[in-house]
Amino acid sequence: MSAYSIYISGVGGQGIIKTSVVIGEAAMKTGQEVVMSEIHGMAQRGGGVSTELKIGHAHSSIIADGTADLLIAFEPLEALRALPKTGKNTQVIMNTSKILPFNIQASEHPYPPLKDMLEEMNSKSREVKALDAVKVATKAGHILSMNMVMLGATLTVPDFPLDKEALMESMKANLPERTVPINTRAFEEGFETF
Amino acid sequence: MNLKDILNGEENDLLFLLGNEAAVRGAIEAGVRVAATYPGTPSSEIGDVLHRLAQDAGIYFEFSINEKVALEVAAAAAASGLRSFTFMKHVGLNVASDSFMSAVYTGVRGGMVILTADDPSMFSSQNEQDNRHYARLANLPMLEPSNPQEVKDFMLDAFQISEAFQIPVLVRTTTRVSHMRGIVKLGPIEQKPDKGFFKKDPERFVPVPATARIMHRKLVDKIENINRTMDNSPLIVEYPQNGKLGIITSGSAYNYCRDVVEENQLPVNILKIGFSYPFPEKRVLEFLQDLDTVLVAEEVDPIMEKEVLAIIGKHGLSVEVKGKLEGSMPMIYEYTPDIVAESIFHVLGIKPEKVEIQESDKPLPNRPPTLCPGCPHRAAYYAVGQAAKNLGLKDVIHPTDIGCYTLGVEAPYQSADYLLSMGSSIGTSCGFSKATSQPVVSFIGDSTFFHAGIPPLVNAVHNKNRFVLVILDNRTTAMTGGQPHPGLPVDGLGNEAPEISIPALVQAAGVEFMQTINPLNIKKSTKIFQDALEHPGVAVVISKHPCVLLKNRDRGTARLVVEPQKCDDCGECLSTLACPALYQGEGQVEIDPQLCQKCNVCVQICPQGAIKGKRIDNNQEGKK
Repeated sequence: MSAYSIYISGVGGQGIIKTSVVIGEAAMKTGQEVVMSEIHGMAQRGGGVSTELKIGHAHSSIIADGTADLLIAFEPLEALRALPKTGKNTQVIMNTSKILPFNIQASEHPYPPLKDMLEEMNSKSREVKALDAVKVATKAGHILSMNMVMLGATLTVPDFPLDKEALMESMKANLPERTVPINTRAFEEGFETF
Repeated sequence: MNLKDILNGEENDLLFLLGNEAAVRGAIEAGVRVAATYPGTPSSEIGDVLHRLAQDAGIYFEFSINEKVALEVAAAAAASGLRSFTFMKHVGLNVASDSFMSAVYTGVRGGMVILTADDPSMFSSQNEQDNRHYARLANLPMLEPSNPQEVKDFMLDAFQISEAFQIPVLVRTTTRVSHMRGIVKLGPIEQKPDKGFFKKDPERFVPVPATARIMHRKLVDKIENINRTMDNSPLIVEYPQNGKLGIITSGSAYNYCRDVVEENQLPVNILKIGFSYPFPEKRVLEFLQDLDTVLVAEEVDPIMEKEVLAIIGKHGLSVEVKGKLEGSMPMIYEYTPDIVAESIFHVLGIKPEKVEIQESDKPLPNRPPTLCPGCPHRAAYYAVGQAAKNLGLKDVIHPTDIGCYTLGVEAPYQSADYLLSMGSSIGTSCGFSKATSQPVVSFIGDSTFFHAGIPPLVNAVHNKNRFVLVILDNRTTAMTGGQPHPGLPVDGLGNEAPEISIPALVQAAGVEFMQTINPLNIKKSTKIFQDALEHPGVAVVISKHPCVLLKNRDRGTARLVVEPQKCDDCGECLSTLACPALYQGEGQVEIDPQLCQKCNVCVQICPQGAIKGKRIDNNQEGKK
């Protein structure tokens, strides 16, 4: 059986790498093989950020085009940009809260309306679970816990190979202790959304 | 994971490590005592982790002023019998290359490992040079790990080879290996002496023509010797499938090949070359024996492919070679699983099941990286532009350098016209000022100035050049994640250190016009840039303000807002400042309070005076 592959995309500063490490370590702690790829460098300067994870047997951490089992899109435009990695069988968790590119004023192409983006994602995926993770995170106590809202929501994906306990343990091991209560709340809220 | 686990983790513990973190664990397990680097992506995290752990690990670690000095620090430590480690991005080895070549001649006593992190597809570099050529140029052994576990393990192998043959060893990673995360099983930590002793031996350590001739002979003998003993190296692994097609591969390309062969159960043999120089002729020859065709999968240049062709020619084999030269593999950029799969299926003559590749029907706006909101570089660029405009100057040339401020190449700043390498802004300013009559205003960061900016500045003054040099001093090496440099009061171990003064260096170079500005004060800065532009010699303006990404900065308690009745939608702030915190709201410009750093630059440049600081409740802002 080939590995379960997860593509995570969004914008620098959203906590994407941290979320990916939480997933990866949870996989390791539950005795599964796991590899991950992350892109550093310009990540903090408003550019796109993506990571790729494979849970199960694989040598490369890079996902072949069209084959991701799961897309976790932290930003709607970045969900669309990730489409080459996904296919008709891909499950999608998608944050609907937009981050406009800084140069959008001068951009040749406008930022697409959210409704159109959701429609397109729905037509090209097995299932799209969309939520305003920023809103949920703010309700949970802090906007920066948005990544844990996304992680909580991810747990509702049918074939997702990790359980709640493993993810929570890994989350606690990877986040500053004082932020754990808010992040736990954010995780639960995300989970409860679906 | 706690970063300290990289040091404190025990034998057989499993950690989920980045390739770069695994390199640190490898250095610790190998008993490295001296480590030095200059930060550069994709190798930066090695230094970041050592910065945190070196003291407790009993390692002397420094962020050297540049890669050449880093390599020299490590070479001297190894000549004194300690194990030493230096690491850098691929182009960093260019900087270090002068001493690198000689260190291979002189050899070492303690083990010395040089890690070069190559960047195929140029995620964060000016070129994608293949540093496997350096192994051939200098004639030293090279190892190529494929994943984090191998990065750690190969470090230990590299030190063993280095000590056994008294020669530095080059370890080559690529971005995909350095930034790959995987499960790493830890090994035991070797105990090595803490202090070295340099036993003098000029015939060995002073390459003048008479001794260098002997050294070169000995070096060639060493490599031949290594070549003979590496036939059984466990770093070269064969995965046989009894096929007529074989793949010779290394690094990340191996991962892709292995996945394609396993997932599709293809009858294809794989030879993984983890020890790639000297090239393992005997093992390759054995591998080729029963093959009709061999595919060479390597990133970036066709180096192994040429080695394989040479072996086939030398031994008169009739094996067809597929790869970059023959056209089955692309000549440039990094590989992907798709590229490798396509090539393997193409060579096998199989039509694979087609996976439908979808993309958005909409043209998507791109999302390029940019200067952060509140970045002091943006203010400096704006003020330089204003100064040139006020003086009616046209065709101003902006030689630039390597750092965040290279992002000034984008509109609307357009403050980057020419770039070669670290420090090139000043050397090329010398050339432009002699070759043209155009005004020249060049930009260099604080860390880059230390790295390679001082000699060209001396050159500029001595040769009576005329240009303005702006030293963008944001008090950190920002682009690579905020490492310290000699201008800061902290060293690589995190201890207090003497701060080297940029103004004193500039003055010592004989610069007559030197001013320090706070770039966030636009009016004053513009005036000083105008004065600098009128100075008939080398004028240096030090634009000093800390990077917004530095922690513990005081962001103040005010909030900036646009007053709707005053804003006439002229767009000046959006089109010439283009701060990410400013955006076109419903009807007029608005400021995103999450992004705004309250640098107040937009307040100063708004022609209508429509942007104001508004006091907000301290408690509300502080609640996070």
